[in-house]
Amino acid sequence: MEDVIYNNLNYPIITWTVFLPVLGAIIVLLLRSATAIRWTSLIVTGLTFIISLPLLTGFDKTTHKMQFVEWHQWIPSWGINYFVGIDGISILFILLTTLLSILSVLVSWKAIANKAKEFHISILIMEAGMLGVFVSLDFFLFYIFWEAMLIPMFLLIGVWGGENRVYAAVKFFLYTLIGSVLMLVGIVVLYFTGGETLNILALSSEQYSLNLQFWLFLAFFAAFAVKVPMFPFHTWLPDAHTEAPTAGSVILAGVLLKMGAYGFLRFSMPMFPDATMMFLKPIMILSVIAIIYGALVCLAQKDLKRLIAYSSVSHMGFVTLGIFALNTQGVEGGILQMLNHGIITGALFLMIGIIYERTHTRKIADYGGFAGLVPWYAGFFIVLTFASIGLPGMNGFIGEFLIIFGAFRAKMVYGVLAATGIILGAGYMLWLYQRVFFEKADTERWATGDHKVWDLDMREIITLVPLIILIFWVGFYPEVFLSYMHTSVAHLLENINQTNYAGGDHLLTRLITGIF
Amino acid sequence: MIYTLIPLLPLLAFIINILFGRDYIRDKAHLIAVPAVAGSFLLSLVAFAGVLKGEVINVNVYSWIVSGDFNVSIGFLIDQLTAIMLMVVTSISTLIFIYSIGYMHGDKGYYRFFAYLSLFVFSMLILVMANNFLLLYFGWEAVGLCSYFLIGYWYEKKSAANAGKKAFIVNRFGDFGFGLGVILIFLTFGSLDYMTVFSGADSVLGQTINLFGYEVDTITLICLLLFCGAVGKSAQMPLHVWLPDAMEGPTPVSALIHAATMVTAGVFMVARSNPLFSLSATAMNTVAVVGGVTAIFAATIALVQKDIKRVIAYSTVSQLGYMFLALGVGAYSAGIFHLYTHAYFKALLFLGSGSVIHALHHAKHDDEQNMEKMGGLKKYMPVTYWVFIIATLSITGIPGLAGFFSKDEILWRAYLGGDLGKFLWFLGVAAAVLTAFYSWRLIYLTFHGSYRGDPEQEHHIHESPKVITVPLIILAVGAVAAGWVGIPPVILEHADRIGEFLAPVLGHPHGHGTHLEEWLVIAVSVAVAVIGWLVAMFMYIKKTDLPEKIASLFKPIYNLLFNKYWIDELYDKIFVQPVLKASDRIVLAFFDAKIIEGVVNGIPALIGGFSKKLRNVQTGFLSNYGLAMAIGALCIIGVFIFMR
Amino acid sequence: MVPLNWYIILSAIMFSIGVVGFLARRNLIIMFISIELMLNSVNISLVAYSHYLQSLRGQILVFFIITVAAAEAAIGLAIIIAFYKNNPTIKVDEINLLKG
Repeated sequence: MEDVIYNNLNYPIITWTVFLPVLGAIIVLLLRSATAIRWTSLIVTGLTFIISLPLLTGFDKTTHKMQFVEWHQWIPSWGINYFVGIDGISILFILLTTLLSILSVLVSWKAIANKAKEFHISILIMEAGMLGVFVSLDFFLFYIFWEAMLIPMFLLIGVWGGENRVYAAVKFFLYTLIGSVLMLVGIVVLYFTGGETLNILALSSEQYSLNLQFWLFLAFFAAFAVKVPMFPFHTWLPDAHTEAPTAGSVILAGVLLKMGAYGFLRFSMPMFPDATMMFLKPIMILSVIAIIYGALVCLAQKDLKRLIAYSSVSHMGFVTLGIFALNTQGVEGGILQMLNHGIITGALFLMIGIIYERTHTRKIADYGGFAGLVPWYAGFFIVLTFASIGLPGMNGFIGEFLIIFGAFRAKMVYGVLAATGIILGAGYMLWLYQRVFFEKADTERWATGDHKVWDLDMREIITLVPLIILIFWVGFYPEVFLSYMHTSVAHLLENINQTNYAGGDHLLTRLITGIF
Repeated sequence: MIYTLIPLLPLLAFIINILFGRDYIRDKAHLIAVPAVAGSFLLSLVAFAGVLKGEVINVNVYSWIVSGDFNVSIGFLIDQLTAIMLMVVTSISTLIFIYSIGYMHGDKGYYRFFAYLSLFVFSMLILVMANNFLLLYFGWEAVGLCSYFLIGYWYEKKSAANAGKKAFIVNRFGDFGFGLGVILIFLTFGSLDYMTVFSGADSVLGQTINLFGYEVDTITLICLLLFCGAVGKSAQMPLHVWLPDAMEGPTPVSALIHAATMVTAGVFMVARSNPLFSLSATAMNTVAVVGGVTAIFAATIALVQKDIKRVIAYSTVSQLGYMFLALGVGAYSAGIFHLYTHAYFKALLFLGSGSVIHALHHAKHDDEQNMEKMGGLKKYMPVTYWVFIIATLSITGIPGLAGFFSKDEILWRAYLGGDLGKFLWFLGVAAAVLTAFYSWRLIYLTFHGSYRGDPEQEHHIHESPKVITVPLIILAVGAVAAGWVGIPPVILEHADRIGEFLAPVLGHPHGHGTHLEEWLVIAVSVAVAVIGWLVAMFMYIKKTDLPEKIASLFKPIYNLLFNKYWIDELYDKIFVQPVLKASDRIVLAFFDAKIIEGVVNGIPALIGGFSKKLRNVQTGFLSNYGLAMAIGALCIIGVFIFMR
Repeated sequence: MVPLNWYIILSAIMFSIGVVGFLARRNLIIMFISIELMLNSVNISLVAYSHYLQSLRGQILVFFIITVAAAEAAIGLAIIIAFYKNNPTIKVDEINLLKG
């Protein structure tokens, strides 16, 4: 077997974490009253979070090896195993997923009155799927989780979404499916060339020919670039985000978008180091375009939720830029920024969901003067605004600074261009804030009827406070989070830097000669 | 370390006020904020006394960001330069906090005001106490944040909200350069710690870096990038546009943030980085020229403004220009000296104008900042009037007052700085005439003559309460006496205490001149100050119809100045509008919606179209299907028979 | 003893009549009978071969075919009747609801 550290706790912690939500979904299935369903899913997601905590405390930061590993034979004739484990790259995402799941249940408390049972089952299955993706070390298992996430998300958007939900759901589904199918082809090819195994660790240590790497990288790239989403594969995102219910947007922004970048780190880079080098330049260029392009589109947005959705494009551009800078600062900054983006954008979608419940409008022009109407809400929002802009002392700064540092170090021009995204970021976020919260409020309109506006209640504050704490925690003491990834990232970079790829390949010629 | 409490006390006050202010503390917010900042002031005194004895403190509190070889700490450095800044920041903050109790009394956001102000003091203290560039950047951005909050404090006014946003975004342009400068420092020196960087500065002399195909001197590039940040924060050309608009904030904010402390952060930063700047003549000359040009440029605008606070705002821009001029010619301690005296007299001017605005506001004046609607306030507000006189004497450089010593030091050092220095000296002297003129113009328009507003309001105008006037009087003492620590040797031997005190950090300025020359420079400064005064007196006391005549005679020039050279409009036309339009019409409406979405929706449409065509094969006629089956069967049979 | 060829020729003729009937006629019932004719022609050839090869397999298959044909006839006629109730025609040219 590979060099891994088996789970030394007396219970299978990862299995529990992943499958407890499934168990919860089964229980919810049997319940009838909506209140009971809500409480059950809250308790289940809460328990999952608590169970996942020992992963943090028991994690050995000094090794890059997979930890808490569980290995069981599953379908031996095809070499398929139940093989799960985590390392410094995946651990933080597990905690992020379990945390955000609780918050998604909380935020849907009142918002989802229709088909509450099905909704909560979807959320719980979703959680299991996401956790599964991050822990799987067997391609078969991974692919199952990867696709299993898609269905509940499709339902969340398509059933509980806004006006244009069906279009958005189908678009989301098809987009991601096309990407995944190409990845499936890649996995099959890997299976046959890598010694008829689906073990991700074993496949990562194989050497592949440059030509094969090229095509496999492209196949995986299709899946991951859509998920990130990288420019120009991003247009499913605004539609999906805008139409999804709040909980769906939170999960989508908080966790689902991270899968793509995680995939690059877990599969593309260690398995195809030569191809990574080959694709470095185009990916970095696309990332910089995404940063600036996303920000520019935000400046022109008139819809609250769409604006935040496009800001995700810009922020995820930072993430891919950092990862493909291929130096410690860039990669660690990229991973941290994924976490940050999950926290900040997740919280921003929570905020928009909260205000939408009151005003029933997403048009920015309908707002104005809300700082006077809902002061606590405005206070939380300004914290998130500045976290998103990357103000020092908050988490956005640490991530963005490390990424720009890494990019600057890798190639100066990318760092400089990425830094312009920070100016534009301040532009669109502050302008948004001004249009929503400043100037005179239409007090009469928001005083009565079904668009009566009131300030945050206790449940909403409880939902938001953990994220606010995380924002400042990462901002002031990021070492707590960075320390988990140091060794894993160092190991990853060491592997990639051993590449003997000499450069000089022209991507287009390779593509054309490959096809004909 | 007890000194960490210096920034932490105001932070604590901020946290308490922002969390509990609205529901519990309300109009008692000052009871938390004022003791906190006064505590910081007392601790700063202790720190200052320690530094006087020669104790320089440099400690790292904890590792902030560690990633690979990148390692930066939260750490504090208290040396001579920091000590001076600490004194300026905390003493003026304390006075302005007390002043605000009276000024903001009854405002519905009272707690919010003190919370933001405390947060500002925290950020500013972090900025000056940092021992590395990244923590400096932290403070730098955080003061910008507070500035944003406080400019937009009356957020229901559109102009205030716009001004806050503008200040933050314009500053981001500067910070863009500053941030890249910080990164480049690390890549060059392998550390962001001041001590490591400055001690390694000599070793990278002559090193170049490839910038888009050109070989550029690394140190020069670093200095210019850092200076970008300073230009933004200290409102120098061409990023000065935010400061006048920032006057939308409450007056204590203008005094504290936009005159005495935050805007001088750029000056502080350049002085702090003097070991780097001194190595690059290009960077130094840039700093000096930007400073000199801004000094005169802003002064010309101040000549014709009608809003009392805007005049003082442009005066601030102009005085900051003087400070950069000093730094640029290598007279770092002169720059810091002027920063320190300027803090007193400029805060005094702002608070004095605040006192006027406050009085008019209570008299229900509808245009309370317009000097054309004032006049004759002398008899109603004697204290305010007299402190205004003192501040004006000080800023115009009348001998004996604080402004005289610091400004004279700058002009003398500029004079010694070669040909470029002579030119800058000339700019400085020209700006000094203008400064004298617009400062006295302000006084004559506001306090002399007869009241030009609604006579109804006139008998409602009273002197401001004690809580406002007492801080004014204390600041007035500062505006007179602050300069006595830096008397030039030509007047009094061994009296340039501040220069000596700062020498370990900032070094001694170069260049020597004769005593005669120095006396001449002093004489010229004094002469121009008096000339400006006399002209103002002539125009606004003796011949009060003259200003109108001149304005109509030189209409284009007057318009140019009154409209601030149309720079705001220019930026709007060439930056803001094109970006907004391009993002709306080209990027979103065309590229995103048409091209990308076109492809995304186009492929399914293509497949759909093809299937539609293919669907026609299904005619629905049973016989057609039967025929197809028969032909198919025949084909299969044929294959079997003939292919065997 | 009748030679095998004769059975095969009979079967082929019957099958051809069935095919032509299916393709040429427009009456659903007649087309249906044509299909039955084809099935039975196949049955004949199966039985003939079965006898010729002295193997029971073909005859077993015929039983299956008869059963299936009976079921099919029942369902098919039921569909036709059900359809006729809604749309009183049995001409296939007028039955084109499944048109693409």
